[in-house]
Amino acid sequence: MAENIMAHGADHAHDEHHHELPTIFGFWLYLMTDCIVFGTLFCVFAVMRNQFAGGPTGKELFDLQGVGLETAILLLSSITYGFGMISAHKGKSGPLLGWFAITFLLGLSFLGLEIREFSHMIAEGNGPDRSAFLSAFFTLVGTHGLHVTFGLIWMAVLMVQSAGKTVFSERLLNKLTMLSLFWHFLDIVWICVFTFVYLMSVI
Amino acid sequence: MAHAHTNASGESHGSYGSYLIGFVLAVILTVASFAIVMSHSLSPSGTLLSIAALAAIQVVVHLIFFLHMNASSEQRWNVMAFAFTVMFVGILVLGSLFIMHYTAINMMSR
Repeated sequence: MAENIMAHGADHAHDEHHHELPTIFGFWLYLMTDCIVFGTLFCVFAVMRNQFAGGPTGKELFDLQGVGLETAILLLSSITYGFGMISAHKGKSGPLLGWFAITFLLGLSFLGLEIREFSHMIAEGNGPDRSAFLSAFFTLVGTHGLHVTFGLIWMAVLMVQSAGKTVFSERLLNKLTMLSLFWHFLDIVWICVFTFVYLMSVI
Repeated sequence: MAHAHTNASGESHGSYGSYLIGFVLAVILTVASFAIVMSHSLSPSGTLLSIAALAAIQVVVHLIFFLHMNASSEQRWNVMAFAFTVMFVGILVLGSLFIMHYTAINMMSR
């Protein structure tokens, strides 16, 4: 019995050595904690969504066409990153760099649109200091934008590291996989942002 | 280094097809959400429930097609950690809304 368990245990450890990627799992756990950060910010927004302090409501402020465009850009950047990962697994750095460059530009234009929206609102006196609703809005959407910014910096670094590679080391593939998880995770957070922040404020 | 290769490809990383399927599903769900809100065709509470449901479905679509989450044994701990996080965030959001709603009623601040 004990031997059986031992054998099974050893077998299991062996299996894990082959299939599990502790680095990736560790990064996954980081993403889960990040998920809780966003959950907390969504929670604050949900509680504050009607506290306008006499200021403008979401219905007056939000431009759904702009949000739709941001959503389309981020969704497109998710799939172009995915295509980049496929090239990486095939060991082709040329297509990888091409797909990542497209992803990078899409991410950059998403940020540009977001910054334009924010500066427009602040210029009209509807900055985060206007009401509890706007404080919660800027904190939540701003935190997401900050994540996208760091994702772009990370992507630029990985593009430099991948340039000219014909064989991708396990280490480099791990790095690319982690940014892939990060990038797709940001898209998932954005689904909740456009649904629960923008669309729900406009109903 | 054979096992490095196994490691790298053991992690499922999708294909052009699976990314495209996920993308098309995500586009359909997103367009549906925006259309429901912009057409004002449903009652406010009906709109709220349907876009919340569409968002939940889209999150699952992204998890499966973009983050390659599945029920395989290699992913067991990822899925467990994710389930715990979902439970945690659920308690956080619903609990806060519940508490703040009744606080507001009892303090007559609304």
